[in-house]
Amino acid sequence: MKWNKIFILAGIVVIVALVTVAAVAPVFENNPYLGKYLPLVKDITLGLDLQGGVHVVLEAKDTPEVKVTPDTMKQLMAVIQRRVDQFGVAEPVIQQQGRDRLIVEIAGRIDPEEAVRTMVKTAYLEFKTMDGKTVVTGADLKDAIESKDPTSGQIKVDLTFNAAGAKKFAEATAANVGKPIAIILDGQVLQTPVVQEPIPNGKAQITGYQSLEEAHNIAILLRSGALPVKVEVAEKRGIGPALGADSLEKSKHAGLVGVLAILIFMVMYYRLPGLVADFALLIYALIVLAIYVGLHVTMTLPGIAAFLLSMGIAVDANVIIFERLKEELRTGKSLRSAIDAGFKRAFTAIFDANATTLIAAVVLYFFGTGPIRGFAITLGIGIVASMFTAITVTRWLLHLVAASGLVRNAKAYGA
Amino acid sequence: MHFIKLRKIWYAISIAVILPGLISLMLQGLNLGIDFTGGNLLEVRFAEPVPVEKVRQVVAAQGLEISRGIQKSGTTDYIIRTRHLTQDESDKLIAALSELGKNTVLRNESVGPTIGRELTTKAILALLIASVLMVIYITIRFEFKQGIAAIIALLHDTLVVTGIFSLFRIEVDSAFVAALLTIIGYSINDTIVIFDRIRENMLNRKKGESLEDVVNASLWQTLTRSINTVLTVVFVLVALYFLGGSTIRNFVLAMLIGVVSGAYSSICNASPLWVDFKLWEKRAKAKEARA
Repeated sequence: MKWNKIFILAGIVVIVALVTVAAVAPVFENNPYLGKYLPLVKDITLGLDLQGGVHVVLEAKDTPEVKVTPDTMKQLMAVIQRRVDQFGVAEPVIQQQGRDRLIVEIAGRIDPEEAVRTMVKTAYLEFKTMDGKTVVTGADLKDAIESKDPTSGQIKVDLTFNAAGAKKFAEATAANVGKPIAIILDGQVLQTPVVQEPIPNGKAQITGYQSLEEAHNIAILLRSGALPVKVEVAEKRGIGPALGADSLEKSKHAGLVGVLAILIFMVMYYRLPGLVADFALLIYALIVLAIYVGLHVTMTLPGIAAFLLSMGIAVDANVIIFERLKEELRTGKSLRSAIDAGFKRAFTAIFDANATTLIAAVVLYFFGTGPIRGFAITLGIGIVASMFTAITVTRWLLHLVAASGLVRNAKAYGA
Repeated sequence: MHFIKLRKIWYAISIAVILPGLISLMLQGLNLGIDFTGGNLLEVRFAEPVPVEKVRQVVAAQGLEISRGIQKSGTTDYIIRTRHLTQDESDKLIAALSELGKNTVLRNESVGPTIGRELTTKAILALLIASVLMVIYITIRFEFKQGIAAIIALLHDTLVVTGIFSLFRIEVDSAFVAALLTIIGYSINDTIVIFDRIRENMLNRKKGESLEDVVNASLWQTLTRSINTVLTVVFVLVALYFLGGSTIRNFVLAMLIGVVSGAYSSICNASPLWVDFKLWEKRAKAKEARA
């Protein structure tokens, strides 16, 4: 027995156990400093399939009036950005795909249907006189704010025109005193108030809303401006928060059972090295979690599956090594040289096997979108990290156990 | 047991598994989900149980044709598949369903027809590119013939999985493509570990030892590893299948079939095929020498 080695070994076990608890369990929740960063898992962004949300692909369409150009796409993106920002969710994703598509992803507690509706409303506002002349349009607007009159309880949207709009509006109202002017949104007449007197200050008002929320939605649309081009929803994937939470809970449960089965199997079949491998697997899981947090990987449902499968890959590397170790021990080598030879011989197999799996993950990354891409990323990280832990951590631990003299019997190593 | 001497049996088993699926693929194709065909999938959960008949009436009243029936999962959840809906149509349908009772929309997915077509091309392209890259890698690290043998084994696994999915009319979606690629990765992983052993044993080959015997010995030396690795992955997949929720069940099922098929094809197809290739080459050379 070499007590210094045993001491190191015990130290490692304690440290890993502490890190694991700190990373996963909410023990420092009430600590003002540590609570900000721990547990590590809470910093992993959940994909919209796990927390609810919506993934939309919008396709811009040519019309006789407006053609789809890089310029209109840029305007469209700006309008959609303004609308999406109004939902107040963290980090919405809006990106152009190809010539005429926008991908919008919003995760969080929103109503997916409502979100899509708000996104694709044309919001073309016009003020028209009796003889059909357009006085001002939404493009002349500076601001639109909803409010509720505290005394009368009337809900309204206050409009403010920009300088040019105010001038046009003043001229039109002066010329139409005593006549109605129609307020039209997306071709629908909202109101036809009669002009009492000229309005020089560029202010107008739309009334008659049932709720403040309704007025709020209209105000958003008016503020963000009209869509510059016709837009269709090419793809929509809305996941309600209920299903997201359900999926997260279920896959956590399934994952735990699956991983426990692996851990037990390893100890039963490989005995001492199996125990070492289980420990290395724990370290592997911690490394992978840290990479997820560090690289801001979004965890999706397929991503969880990939994480669990990468556990399988990590176990596999250990299995290859232990099978080699057994063979080397049978040829009558000493424990130390058998461990070294086992690792050396196992390395090419592990390397080549993982390289080919990595090819599949990379191809998947370039061809997939959304959750599939998440799957590819988690699988890729898993492959690289598993290779690293198997050939460094497991080897080092195994040497340490062998050198400590705690277990000398070659049978315990599977011989 | 001599794996290589029994190889005709292994080939026969593979063909027996693949053939029904292949015939089904040709006759009835795959049960493609909305990811490929385009369409709308609405999953709602009612607060109180609602009879299927009522749900069907409401959908029909919207003038919508129901594709593939209304699927009931649990007592209060319904999956309603229709053609691709505009936002307006979708809103109306949800509003009409609300008249049956209080409900929440679990998911509402809509895929336009162009997106579906793109996914199909992308999926095939991804599988092809991955296969070519793997052959190139194996040719560099091993040899071309092993690359070809490995790819045939991959084709085997792909056919087994798609065949079974076609035969049992299990719905195929974009996650299925991801499953296929992962299966390919796993299967090739298995094959490479065996090829690595063969590469090593060929270097230490004793005089007079036949190719068949070297490969057979390599297969036996790696057998425990092959079985143990599949077992650990199967543990996880079985847990995910029964406990992981309905959303990923088909994905997990594809993986489960593929991983088992991958282990089989690595042992019983890839290495024996390589032996056959080698023997053909030897015979062809001998013929040339005689001529």
